[in-house]
Amino acid sequence: MLLIECPWCGPRDEQEFGYGGEAHIVRPADPHALDDAAWGEYLFMRTNRKGAHRERWVHSEGCRRWFNVVRDTVSHEILAVYRVGEAPPAAGRRGE
Amino acid sequence: MAEQHGRQSALAGLGLDAQARISTRGAGEAGVRLGERPWRAQLALRGDPESEAFLTGVESVLGVAPPTAPLTVSSRRGVACLWLGPDEWLVTLPDRREPRAIARLEERLAGLHFAVNDVSHARTVLGLAGPRAREVLMKGCALDLHPRSFGPGRCAQSSLARCHVLLHQLDAEPAYDLYVHRSFAEYAWRWLCDAAAEHGLAIVAD
Ligand SMILES: [Zn+2]
Repeated sequence: MLLIECPWCGPRDEQEFGYGGEAHIVRPADPHALDDAAWGEYLFMRTNRKGAHRERWVHSEGCRRWFNVVRDTVSHEILAVYRVGEAPPAAGRRGE
Repeated sequence: MAEQHGRQSALAGLGLDAQARISTRGAGEAGVRLGERPWRAQLALRGDPESEAFLTGVESVLGVAPPTAPLTVSSRRGVACLWLGPDEWLVTLPDRREPRAIARLEERLAGLHFAVNDVSHARTVLGLAGPRAREVLMKGCALDLHPRSFGPGRCAQSSLARCHVLLHQLDAEPAYDLYVHRSFAEYAWRWLCDAAAEHGLAIVAD
């Protein structure tokens, strides 16, 4: 069980949260300009990183806010937490 | 406003008044006191916490400003404003004060980015108090309720025995208000009764 630090509510049990997949996936500005391969890339392809992974979580049982987490996919250690719109901290850039 | 006559509290079917008459004799020695506190008017309030006009506008109507510090409650004269999120609060008022409060908020905040909705019927309030009340909550809630991290004037949303709950600590005894959704109220009540039994439970009237 993970102890996740909500940027507003502080440390809470993993059960209170929902998982939202990889963070910082930007929707193409003009989807009609994309061919199928590029659209498929946006929809389905993820980095699947071993190590520090930037991902979205939502505090469903608490303040209902979405935020970002940097989690080590090997050890599950949470390296950093930051709000939507904030730049990822250095821990999340490792391995880029 | 919905028709008010003939309304029933969420736990009307449990005959709590009769239970309270039998059990209050022991309330002094009970480790835990439990009762439904129905008919609290509740408003869902959304707005911009950075907007001075919004904060002071709400305060001028309700007598309390929406707290901007997470997990805190501001209250005054029967009106409370509970922090639910950075731009979201639950306002609680004495019964039947909600229509006028909504009208005045809409008038006072006109032109600002805000929303206010009557959600009085969505939740009922369970009052849990007594020297062992915290131990009861600890059986089904992962929040750290130790006095070093939680106390009077604090609130938090979490789950209690898998039931969504908004917890508000009222005093240091400790006493809590538990806001639970109406359809979960009987489940939460029965769970609390079971969890509190070993500590000596007294059912109390509102
Ligand atoms: Zn939160």
